[in-house]
Amino acid sequence: MPLIKSPAEFEELKADILLKRDPNKRTITLCSGSACHATGSKLVAASIEEEVQKLGLSDEVEIRKTGCHGFCERGPIIVIQPDEICYLQIKPEDVPEIISETIKGNKVIERLLYTDPATDEEIIHESEIPFYKNQQRLLFGNNIKIDPKSIEDYLALGGYSALVKVLFKMTPEQVLEEIKKSNLRGRGGGGFPAGIKWEGSRNAPDDIKYVIVNADEGDPGAYMDRSLLEGNPHSVLEGLAIGAYTIGSNEGYIYVRQEYPLAVENVGIAIRQAEEYGFLGKNILGSGFDFIVKVHQGAGAFVCGESSALMTALEGRAGEPRPKYIRSNIKGLWEKPTVLNNVETWANVPLIINNGADWFTQYGTEKSKGTKIFSLVGKINNTGLVEVPMGMTLRDIIYKVGGGIPGGKKFKAVQTGGPSGGCLPDNLLDLEVGFDELTQAGSMMGSGGMIVMDEDTCMVDVARYFLDFLTDESCGKCAPCREGVRQMLKILTNITRGKGKEGDIELLAELAEVAQEAALCALGQTAPNPFLSTMQYFKDEYEAHIKEKRCPSLYCKELINYYIDPQKCQACMICLKKCPSDAIIGEKKTIHVIDQDKCTKCDTCFEVCPPRFRAVTKISGQPVPPPIPEEERILAGRSKDK
Amino acid sequence: MNIERVDQIIDKHQGEASSLIQVLLDIQGENRWLPREALERVSEKLKVPVTRIQHIATFYKAFSLVPKGRHEIHICMGTACHVRGAQHVLDKVQDLTGINPGETDLDLKFSLETVNCLGCCALGPVMDINGQIHGKISPAETADALKKYE
Repeated sequence: MPLIKSPAEFEELKADILLKRDPNKRTITLCSGSACHATGSKLVAASIEEEVQKLGLSDEVEIRKTGCHGFCERGPIIVIQPDEICYLQIKPEDVPEIISETIKGNKVIERLLYTDPATDEEIIHESEIPFYKNQQRLLFGNNIKIDPKSIEDYLALGGYSALVKVLFKMTPEQVLEEIKKSNLRGRGGGGFPAGIKWEGSRNAPDDIKYVIVNADEGDPGAYMDRSLLEGNPHSVLEGLAIGAYTIGSNEGYIYVRQEYPLAVENVGIAIRQAEEYGFLGKNILGSGFDFIVKVHQGAGAFVCGESSALMTALEGRAGEPRPKYIRSNIKGLWEKPTVLNNVETWANVPLIINNGADWFTQYGTEKSKGTKIFSLVGKINNTGLVEVPMGMTLRDIIYKVGGGIPGGKKFKAVQTGGPSGGCLPDNLLDLEVGFDELTQAGSMMGSGGMIVMDEDTCMVDVARYFLDFLTDESCGKCAPCREGVRQMLKILTNITRGKGKEGDIELLAELAEVAQEAALCALGQTAPNPFLSTMQYFKDEYEAHIKEKRCPSLYCKELINYYIDPQKCQACMICLKKCPSDAIIGEKKTIHVIDQDKCTKCDTCFEVCPPRFRAVTKISGQPVPPPIPEEERILAGRSKDK
Repeated sequence: MNIERVDQIIDKHQGEASSLIQVLLDIQGENRWLPREALERVSEKLKVPVTRIQHIATFYKAFSLVPKGRHEIHICMGTACHVRGAQHVLDKVQDLTGINPGETDLDLKFSLETVNCLGCCALGPVMDINGQIHGKISPAETADALKKYE
């Protein structure tokens, strides 16, 4: 590997790489992010390699295993370049046909294309699929062009040009001004202006300073950082190096969850390659600037995503936050000035340097500039990772990009901001997404998790769910969180079990206030948010649970009963056979009845009853109708008119 | 786990006390739990009190102070999976295995854990056994999935 020692050598290497690449060469790109691995992309990859070799096409066809494409609902995904033919949900059995028909025969296989559910139109090119077309993939777009294990793929796209520009054509003050001008706000949840954070560290009088990538993405349902780190690790390293140069740091850390083994692997490979080529290490590219990066794995603690807890964990101790009388950009890791930013924040830095702050600020709203990557998950048709400009409405994200709610169900709420965030109802769908806009509505941006909920989701249970999560993850150091959040959980659990009583809501509100005012860190301070936002917008559900012992969404087990509608049951025996508690009485041609004493409410009968019958129903808030007399249960004798 | 292997892991991290968590992660990864003897060795070599190691081993979820079963079942309880019915899947698996999350059965066959987001939300609800993802799993299908494991 060539060790590059000057900007001139860098340009030479880049030109060299581009010369060796034929833009017209047939390339099969296969999404190999973790989510596609889970749907079998490794087997597809093996099949492609085997078939290409078998047909002697190894010289003509290149295979590139890229990072996450984002359309996780339809993985594994293949895009054949240079024609941008996109095939979805590929199985290993499809591969021989793809190679013979498309690669050799230049024919498109229609059954593997995306079909627009609105128009029935088949779409060939990836960028024209509505899911992608309505996004603004400034950061994520490169994932489909890069094999994360190849630094040369990154260099071919102009990678590390920003670092070269910064080291040789800009002073640290100039870089700082550009970042401040761009108004880049932290993408991890706090939304704090990165430039101001960096400035604090730059001005702090200390010879030793640190920069940290927070890749401890702990919000359940959020996996954007993972896909960015797995798919384009160099973009994060480049941003980190620029930040280090700006504040005067020579040592950086990447704190990544151990639950992300592929991210750990790919970032490790990227660091080694960057060192080999001279983008990290001593005297980078001959600039005189030294910078090394180390990787530390998390050990399974959500609270370590909080910046002071993360630094404590890096020091080898239990990740307990500390009070922020002095901010960590002044006294952070080992009491030294430390800039900690989220993966996505760092990845934005090379873009801003290459294109300028003015280019960046054309995207977004007045106070929230640029784009944001969201993980759009839950009750949504197009589950995946989406990158949209700040200011796009929730409605457009959920319906234009997300394709709406599956199964013809009605939208109920969208949850953003993870356990610190809130649920927004349908009358807020036209809200423009931005840091302050979401906070004012009672939620927050958070790291980017966007969970869509429908009519079957119980909002009281959602509040209970998040408090359960936070009680488990609380570090235990301060009483308002350790005791207060736990008590909130107890009360909410009782409400979902039909044991709610008058005064519960008021007590919850009081405990919420204590946590908000007195908890040591943001985990405790924002813990009440899910409860407060669901109370604000879904108060009727709380009242139904407490006063009527009824769950309007028919979810809370202790408040529902399963009942087979005798008018619809066709006595097909499916539920009877599948019931794990033998709680269904009946025979062929005899209408089935659930024995309520034996029923454990496991939901199996509801699941397996054929859709054309839909005989199994859930009842809440009223007594179960008594079973019809045995004589009337015999199907043959029953009149078919209703 | 033999002491030489523990020593090798400690040396790999250059015997630094701040690498304590990384050392424990490596031991946990290879041995699938943290035996008392290993912790005492780490304490001795890194010059860190055993109480601090205990604090860390009980604070972080990645560590287990008891042996795990041959097959580790992880059920994702992330928000997206929760909204798609993960609780029903968990209830069913608890019934089938007879153990609660955090426990291992008496034959040391299965260990059950809940996890908060495996990051494949498109496949929710998700059950992971030994790293093998069973996506879009319904409670009724869990019995068949578990039967495949000896």
